[in-house]
Amino acid sequence: MAKGMRDIKREIKSKQNMKQITKAMEMVAASKLRRAQEASTKARPYSDKLKEVVASIAAGTKDVKHPMLETRPVKKTGYLVITSDRGLAGGYNANVLRKVTQTIREKHKSSDDYVLFVIGRKGRDYFRRRNMPIVEEVIGLSDSPTFADIKSIAYNAVKMFSEGAYDELYICYNQFVNAITQIPTELRLLPLQEVGGKGPVTSYEYEPSPEGVLEVLLPKYAETLIYSAVLDGKASEQGARMTAMGSATKNANKMINQLTLTYNRARQAAITQEISEIVAGANAQA
Amino acid sequence: MSTFLVEIVTPERKVYAETANMVSVKGVEGELGILPNHIPLVTPLRIAPVTIKRDGKVDVLAVGGGFIEVRKDKVVILAESAEMASEIDVNRAQAAKQRAEERLAAKQSEIDFKRAELALQRATNRINVTER
Repeated sequence: MAKGMRDIKREIKSKQNMKQITKAMEMVAASKLRRAQEASTKARPYSDKLKEVVASIAAGTKDVKHPMLETRPVKKTGYLVITSDRGLAGGYNANVLRKVTQTIREKHKSSDDYVLFVIGRKGRDYFRRRNMPIVEEVIGLSDSPTFADIKSIAYNAVKMFSEGAYDELYICYNQFVNAITQIPTELRLLPLQEVGGKGPVTSYEYEPSPEGVLEVLLPKYAETLIYSAVLDGKASEQGARMTAMGSATKNANKMINQLTLTYNRARQAAITQEISEIVAGANAQA
Repeated sequence: MSTFLVEIVTPERKVYAETANMVSVKGVEGELGILPNHIPLVTPLRIAPVTIKRDGKVDVLAVGGGFIEVRKDKVVILAESAEMASEIDVNRAQAAKQRAEERLAAKQSEIDFKRAELALQRATNRINVTER
């Protein structure tokens, strides 16, 4: 009996250690989540402003032509997938990767029909294992990525579209709703959808010309959209991790309670047995 | 003296927001001095210092490209990078300048060349701003 008790005790101890770790990770993720959300809010004025100006050019001048606004027949598709470097974030990576794989399987017959841009080690390893064509990857992104960190991949993704390497670009990431909910999303980034011009539009002078300004603006706008998706992805990652670790802690608690109960029962049984042995012994002597 | 609001915004944060009397920037088509009640205007910018005058004080920022949106009572500069003189790490800029010069001298492919050129411009721009 004593041996069984020792085993249970050891198990309790190990669950307690695990609980400490998951608890710590939960709290770390919670504080990182707050910071990620702040970064996402801070980035908003820039993208809002860009959108406003692009919309006002689109509304103010008739038939502006730009390759990034034109839909052309789709022969090849680009996907930009945002994942995390580390796991232990619940379904964060699995969800978005499953969605991407599903779409690719439905839409493309051979691996010549699409290319992938990957952010995050998890996604890269996943696609590499399946021999899918990765054009560019970024790993080891910090928890608060700067624009410069993703500038190169965003720039290339946009440039390859304008050069005609593919005819549409999708961006796949976890959209942040709140700490518990993240929705894996596929968004068509390029060609840019109608940028809805709402509210009063100021009529601007453009230097050198509306087309010239658009030339500079649209790639920037697309890059900014990618950047805000990355920030959103980071917030989702921390949210997912927080929730996952929260429930891990809860499960550890449950197991500890269960084990403690079993342990106490075993202890009680051992005591009872010992008493009955003593009583039996005393009776035999009497 | 009439004033207007000047904002400089990067993807990461709002760098600058003050009421000012005059802004001078370097657009792709040449230098622009903007006073209040300017006609609404949008133009891309070069990598160059931006000078803002307010109440006898002059603020100089290193702005790395981007573009400017002018309205009657407000000017917004959107750039991928923008720093006040006090925020610039001169040593880092010097190092970046040197690196870029080396890369230019090495004469690699066209893309590398362009990149190095831009890096050089950014570094020189930062150094110029700190020296004012």
